[in-house]
Amino acid sequence: MSQVADYPGSVHAAEKTNYLNAEHSIKSWLLTVDHKRIAILYLISITVFFIIGGSMAALIRAELLTPAGDLISSDAYNKAFTIHGVTLIFFFLVPSIPAVLGNFLIPMMIGARDVAFTRLNLVSWYLFTIGGIFTICCLVVGGVDTGWTFYTPYSSSFSNTSVVLAVTGVFIAGFSSIATGLNFIVTVHKMRAPGMTWFKLPLFIWSNYATACIMVLGTPVLAITLFLVGVERVGRIGIFDPALGGDPILFQHLFWFYSHPAVYIMILPSMGVISELMACFSRNRVFGYDFVAYSSLALAGLSFVVWGHHLFTSGQSVYAGMAFSALSFLVAIPSAVKVFNWTATMYKGTVVLDSPMLYSLGFLGLFTIGGLTGLFLASLAVDVHLQDTYFVIAHFHYIMVGGAIMGFLGGLHFWWPKMTGRMYPETFGKLSALTIFIGFNLTFMPQFIMGYLGMPRRYHAYVPEFQVYHVLSSAGASVLIAGYAFTIAYLLWSLRYGEKASANPWAAKGLEWETPSPPPTENFNYKPVVHEEAYAYEPPVEDPEEEAHELA
Amino acid sequence: MPTNRRSKTPRRKRMSSPSDTIAVDAHGHGEHDELVSHQFEDLNQQTEAYSVGMWIFLVTELMFFGGLFAAYVIYRGKYHEGFIEAHHHLNVPLGGLNTAVLLTSSFSMALAVRSSMLGKWKSQIAYLYVTLICALGFLVIKAIEYTDKYHHHLIPGPNFNTEAFKDKGGELFMSLYFAMTGLHGIHVLVGVIVISVLIVRTWINRNRTMDYMPIEMSGLYWHFVDLIWIFLYPLLYLIGRA
Amino acid sequence: MNPIPVWPDQASNFAQEVDLLYILLIGISAFFSLIVFVPIIIMVSKYRMGTKANRKLVHHHNLKLELAWTLIPMMMGVPVFLWAAKLFVDMYQPMEAKNALEISVIGKQWMWQLQHPTGQRENNELHVPLGRVVKLTMISQDVIHSFYVPAFRIKKDVIPGSYHSQWFIPTKEGKYHLFCAEYCGTDHSKMIGTVFVMKPEDYEKWLKNEQWGIGNLRRAETMKEAGERLFTELGCNSCHTVSGGGRTDKVPLAGVFGTERLLSDGRRVLADEEYVRTSIYEPDQMRVAGHNPIMPSFKGRVDEQQVLELITYIKSLSGGSKQ
Repeated sequence: MSQVADYPGSVHAAEKTNYLNAEHSIKSWLLTVDHKRIAILYLISITVFFIIGGSMAALIRAELLTPAGDLISSDAYNKAFTIHGVTLIFFFLVPSIPAVLGNFLIPMMIGARDVAFTRLNLVSWYLFTIGGIFTICCLVVGGVDTGWTFYTPYSSSFSNTSVVLAVTGVFIAGFSSIATGLNFIVTVHKMRAPGMTWFKLPLFIWSNYATACIMVLGTPVLAITLFLVGVERVGRIGIFDPALGGDPILFQHLFWFYSHPAVYIMILPSMGVISELMACFSRNRVFGYDFVAYSSLALAGLSFVVWGHHLFTSGQSVYAGMAFSALSFLVAIPSAVKVFNWTATMYKGTVVLDSPMLYSLGFLGLFTIGGLTGLFLASLAVDVHLQDTYFVIAHFHYIMVGGAIMGFLGGLHFWWPKMTGRMYPETFGKLSALTIFIGFNLTFMPQFIMGYLGMPRRYHAYVPEFQVYHVLSSAGASVLIAGYAFTIAYLLWSLRYGEKASANPWAAKGLEWETPSPPPTENFNYKPVVHEEAYAYEPPVEDPEEEAHELA
Repeated sequence: MPTNRRSKTPRRKRMSSPSDTIAVDAHGHGEHDELVSHQFEDLNQQTEAYSVGMWIFLVTELMFFGGLFAAYVIYRGKYHEGFIEAHHHLNVPLGGLNTAVLLTSSFSMALAVRSSMLGKWKSQIAYLYVTLICALGFLVIKAIEYTDKYHHHLIPGPNFNTEAFKDKGGELFMSLYFAMTGLHGIHVLVGVIVISVLIVRTWINRNRTMDYMPIEMSGLYWHFVDLIWIFLYPLLYLIGRA
Repeated sequence: MNPIPVWPDQASNFAQEVDLLYILLIGISAFFSLIVFVPIIIMVSKYRMGTKANRKLVHHHNLKLELAWTLIPMMMGVPVFLWAAKLFVDMYQPMEAKNALEISVIGKQWMWQLQHPTGQRENNELHVPLGRVVKLTMISQDVIHSFYVPAFRIKKDVIPGSYHSQWFIPTKEGKYHLFCAEYCGTDHSKMIGTVFVMKPEDYEKWLKNEQWGIGNLRRAETMKEAGERLFTELGCNSCHTVSGGGRTDKVPLAGVFGTERLLSDGRRVLADEEYVRTSIYEPDQMRVAGHNPIMPSFKGRVDEQQVLELITYIKSLSGGSKQ
């Protein structure tokens, strides 16, 4: 669009040095303290884990094509779903948006040269990588079969697999998460450019700020809990062992105290991405900015007081159950507020259906379904029936895959030109967005029905009457896999052959679009000062005469 | 590149945080005596950022211990008798001595920070030495206690002397004791390293004006470690006496 | 191939109400999906780039609208929450019944062991009579399991170290799946079984005819009788008396179950199944005030099955369960 030339960044677009080509040695990457390069390092690492976790999912769906456990052994199956969960949750979803898009964009969006603690940022990537190596080692020496939840006493006393390696991996990666969260909070508080007040911040910043708060408050509890499991396993120092008077349910409380908020670590950043995309591709301000911003904080706060809804059937008192149920119902409110506001953002806007917008609309649909099915699980008596069935599986995949990954992919496409300096092929983008949406629904919709019929989760073999739904689900999974593989392929292709991107290919608002693509190492060639509100999109003047007529 | 757009702050303070050296390495050039890391506008912003960062770090530490405190509270409620019985196996005088030692170290740390602000490097080093000696003393006393537990087979595990406990929950108590004091001990150990580094730094830079940020941050950390012990001591050693 | 199932059987007193609640939730979800999806579709088509539409938007916020879509869903949630909570309380509260069929359940890797009060033991099968209150007292021998019968809409975690109970009334004859719902290791997916709901007269017949149990060792014994035998074999009667009379230095057990006990540490506890189990395994844990700590622990000498039998026996001394 024509107004691109107005942005100050494009004046310097001729400058050839950017963060990617400033230096080329491997050392310059491995010892970089540039938040953008660290983001790229994270992107590479999480893609590896995405592929590992995704292959496990493929294996699981292949096994479940038939009711008998005939493709792989029970132990192999149990390890497959454990690795699927551990890698995709701790090593893909948790770092996906914050550590890749957040790392890349937060300093740029607030007009800073870098995050507050640049070395800590690099350390966090190393911690992540070391944690990841532990987890991969665990895979190599035979895997782990406890499920990603590591429930005691199975994990501490009964499993014969490498629980300690896996737990250590997650423990170390936890510190990476804490470091990232700490860094973001300080960055948002202290590094904003002149004029960038809290309520001029892009909503992506708000949601990542809320996420960082959860990381900082929740992750240490997970770390200490997993540490105790490891110690209990190695030295029979029992905290959770019922044989010593310990309470295995205490583990569940401590575990979910982190792991429920962790769900919001995964979904909140995605919500931030959606706010950016809805505004840009509706050419409109986000409707009810304040409400969307505050709802992120509300979600972060509420996320810490609902963990007990994972324990409705575990024998906690009915009163605790009621309190947790009521609070879980409350979580629906800020989520609903966001969905309504995003929808309203399109009102009287100019909707452009580019791939990021398709992902974004897909997110709205899938997140709505995921959220509404959450109400089923918050309803105590219904949850008793649905707990630990495929209904739960479908529900959280709607949130985590349908929500978090759709948001991640939408954001990745949106900022791909900024990160790499190349455009991805738009037709392919649309095609893959559509494929993933269809594949996803086909995979997980049948699981809701199966879940209500009573199909328990983590079953290697199942009773034959569920087969029809499993076959549908596996069929959907293959579509989904094709969609993801295709996306990875054309994004890689575009690195070399993609069209060169201008500073602001989407004519989007926001400081990150006022600097060249890819940005220089210092992010801006000038000192940004913010005057505008966030998302100051103007309706395009399509017909000047009509416009003049209406004005007259 | 980094150095050009940096606002020039008067060189009244010297900050030799390792962040500069690595940042400079990564960029291949840059001045060694930079006051402020390249991402910050000025020293003020940097100082505030480190301060906020430190407080958030302490919050994460609190949550870290919080998981253990939660476990402690729940099990103490469940095995009231067992906990009271088991705590008799702890050495109250040694624990009390350690409390005094740690409080002294906190006090001298505060004095060291004050000296640093006033630019008195000699007294700063002296106070840091007092802090260091107290910290090491704490660890030695802790080691004596642990050895004692070892000889009495009070360390949970296969050799645990279950006979020593009548009421249920004794082994849990000892597990929690070792988990909590062990974790705290690791923090003291980290503190020892930090204080040693501070002493060396102060000595090397004795003729220059120092940025007191590193020592102030270390001080905060050290007070936090002290504070955790202030909670651990009554919860573990003095149950049922209050 | 079997017909494709679309709705689970309703075979317990809870099933119908859970289903109604579920249908209500589907209704609410459909309603909210509509009010999200329809506007999305309308706006995408109406405001697509290139269409002629009025794009003069003055406000990017509207407090009334925000309050409306905050408060209305909240109001709608309240009745659902209350209904679900009430039903939940019903599910997990003890049922008032004189002749409840008390079945003990032991979960272990990877099978269900069930025993009827009359002594019949079943593995991975449960036979229950139609229309009678059934109480399950459940414990695990190893890791956490979860007793799940989808047709009954009941699920309760089975946890090592403490008892958990579940009440229900079977309301429809038939064969239903029993699943372990909490992942418990290698053969988790084989820890499944069948619940048979039978007419009461068929159940009585089954009790007499079925070739149950491992061997015929306990065939002639009810759980109470087995408990009584254990009581003697283990020498409990050297310190405990089961009748009111006899030597006064013996601790009487008659009439104790279901009453409140004052413990040596000042606590008051209800003498329930959990209490008896703890007293057998860790006698010092819940010692009654005034008693000397001389009872040895029977941990390692009696297994979970035998404890359940002893409990049944001790319960019978108080005239059955008083819940």
